[in-house]
Amino acid sequence: MQRLPKDYRTALRPGYRFWHRTSRRHGWGTLGSTSGREETRGLHQGPLGPPRLARYPFSPMTVLAFSLVVGSISLLAGLVGSLTGLGGGVVIVPTLVLGLGVDIRYAIGASLVSVIATSSGAAAAYVEEGYTNLRLGMFLELATTAGALGGAYLAARVPPAAIATIFGLMLLGVVFFAPRGGQVRQSPRSTDPLATWLRLEGVLPPNEGALPYRAARVGLGFGLMVLAGVLSGLLGIGSGAMKVLAMDWAMRIPFKVSTATSNFMIGVTAAASAGYYLSAGYLDPGLTMPVMLGVLAGALIGARLLHRLRTRVLRLLFQAVILVLGVEMIYNGLAGRFLP
Amino acid sequence: MMPANPFMPGAPPSQERTGRLEKQVARVLRAGVTTAAAVVLVSGLFYLARYGAEPVQLGVFRGEPEPLRRVPGILNEAARLGRRACIQFGLLLLIATPVLRVALACAAFINQRDWQYAVISGGVLAVLLASLLSGLR
Repeated sequence: MQRLPKDYRTALRPGYRFWHRTSRRHGWGTLGSTSGREETRGLHQGPLGPPRLARYPFSPMTVLAFSLVVGSISLLAGLVGSLTGLGGGVVIVPTLVLGLGVDIRYAIGASLVSVIATSSGAAAAYVEEGYTNLRLGMFLELATTAGALGGAYLAARVPPAAIATIFGLMLLGVVFFAPRGGQVRQSPRSTDPLATWLRLEGVLPPNEGALPYRAARVGLGFGLMVLAGVLSGLLGIGSGAMKVLAMDWAMRIPFKVSTATSNFMIGVTAAASAGYYLSAGYLDPGLTMPVMLGVLAGALIGARLLHRLRTRVLRLLFQAVILVLGVEMIYNGLAGRFLP
Repeated sequence: MMPANPFMPGAPPSQERTGRLEKQVARVLRAGVTTAAAVVLVSGLFYLARYGAEPVQLGVFRGEPEPLRRVPGILNEAARLGRRACIQFGLLLLIATPVLRVALACAAFINQRDWQYAVISGGVLAVLLASLLSGLR
């Protein structure tokens, strides 16, 4: 009898699970688990063994263990994200992809749904406090939803490696351009004709001195919002930092109004691409369930703790984590470690 | 007392109406998220009880099965208490919350005869529905 190659001998042990690739599908299985109709690939077509990023720490996890792990990670991300104001979604996708070997498209879908949940919850509180400018939000949502639809359309066509690389660049951007908002830069004398025509103005709530404000450079802000929408749809994030940048820096809206209105818009932006993700099959209930519940719970706890904690150190720490994840995503994207 | 706003000469009455709109918006957002989270939590527990011991298969993208991608399919399966479909139904409720919020604002703008913003929010609503209805076919 011809000696089998070493791989086969290990694979012949009862109960040994290995990664099999066939012409139709691939997945974890035992030696006989591919049905006869599916022709297995020969060794010359590539080594046996899982593709590099599609691996699990041990053997494949059970659904229960996986849900618990993902749920706890999401809880932590939601908590730290809401405490630092940097958003939890940005760390969920890289953690799922790099740490647990989840396909980036499932990860994007799950993250986006969690973004809708946290944004809607937080927006409700902000709207009641009176910082949110509903008219400004509605006008700019025209830009973000159109952009998000385009981004979701792109996500189905751009290879995952490219998405990962763009994601990494975005993470680096979040660290370096994270909105801080110390200086008050109001321009109530703005003469942008668009702002006048669209009445993009408002008054801060009485406890902030009831100062009036009016938007400047509406065209620039609108353009940046389209870009924010595209990023949101392509990467499954809220892209709140970019929205705040567009309002605070470009349109010279007071910082608190910018953050509140941005939070208000994130849910609608995400809903625009979520509908598309659903029909493209990106929303896996088994993954989205723990991510969404975890992030939501974390954000709720974070909102309770926010007034009692000093978040400076936490913020620096979180920025370091985001930086590392960003570099890792870019490296893995460029090194071609993602399945097509 | 409201200080005079140089940009909104007739501000006070519309401000009051906007205040009511804001309360309604906040209520819709809270109710939507709470309902969706409750549905996902309950059906998630049933899902874990049934499928908890199976291996996870998310390493390779295959896409969801066809019924779980379309709104009618999800409703059909969820009515028959399919565990995954019930979670998907909760997610659908969550996605519908911001859409409902925009629809509410659109109605309020029409009510205030603010045609400019009625058209703008109508446009946003159209984009949202287009994306959701791409899942109807």
